[in-house]
Amino acid sequence: MNTARALALETPATLDATDRRLIVETQGGLPLVPRPYHALAERLGITPEDVMARMRRMLEHGIVRRIGAVPNHYALGYAANGMSVWDVPDPCVLEIGEWVGSLDFVSHCYQRPRILPAWPYNLFAMLHGRSREEVEEHVQMIARILGQYARAHTVLYSTRILKKTGLRLNG
Amino acid sequence: MTLPHANLTELERKLLNDFQHDFPLTPTPYADMAKQLGVSEAEVLAALAHLKAAGAVSRVGAVVRPNTIGASTLAAMSVPAGDLERVAALVNGYPEVNHNYEREHALNLWFVAAAPDGARLQHVLDEIAERSGYEVLSFPLVEDYHIDLGFDLRWR
Repeated sequence: MNTARALALETPATLDATDRRLIVETQGGLPLVPRPYHALAERLGITPEDVMARMRRMLEHGIVRRIGAVPNHYALGYAANGMSVWDVPDPCVLEIGEWVGSLDFVSHCYQRPRILPAWPYNLFAMLHGRSREEVEEHVQMIARILGQYARAHTVLYSTRILKKTGLRLNG
Repeated sequence: MTLPHANLTELERKLLNDFQHDFPLTPTPYADMAKQLGVSEAEVLAALAHLKAAGAVSRVGAVVRPNTIGASTLAAMSVPAGDLERVAALVNGYPEVNHNYEREHALNLWFVAAAPDGARLQHVLDEIAERSGYEVLSFPLVEDYHIDLGFDLRWR
């Protein structure tokens, strides 16, 4: 586990109303103007120094994961996206999840509840590749390494994006 | 809307690959990026605007840990092919739904829903189940294992 996450787990996130408004204001992106934090400050009625300090604090606490360009994998040619789902023993899910989550072709890796009998899988890893074959190779690699720890797995390929917008929450 | 890599300039590629994580927290971040890249601030702003317009980046901004403000879940439904358009439109009609994918599985409709609180989220899921006539399975996040360092586009 890296330092930022360890810190995030130790320090409960305390967000005040201004932090929340800052998250809501920035979830669609930072303004493309020379002084974006000044523009945000003006909207929120606080100083630009306060905006930057709050962003820095939320970064340090792991509330903000990162600040930067968020690429659109589809438009960049990573057209194949497979949601791989795995049934791994509960006592191993942390260790396996952290390993799968660190692979460079994995963009999300979450533990989610099983819903038995229909859904035995407790680990979800979103895999990206230029083709379905490339995604399939990633799946095989993970399956080979997990061996008997993967009691079952499957991949759900997307056939259509029906809706995709950024996270929208009203603070 | 696939954008071939060849259509991106060297500057655009660098902005995409090298600034997923370390966007400057300084009064003039675009000017500071420009300095690092040896170009002008105006060129950086124009390149980012182009990347956004072309759909190559969805935004330049903060990636927030899930469930930091509000509640969200991944939900799935099993909808017969003949009824999928109606149900997809119904689901998409909710502002709380921000992603909705058709996937190849018996559970063929997968969407992410987020709301200011858990009660509102549950209300949306219940209403979708009632209006569509199909069960909605909810898979809320238990633990997030991904250490998000951005996504290496491996151009070099």
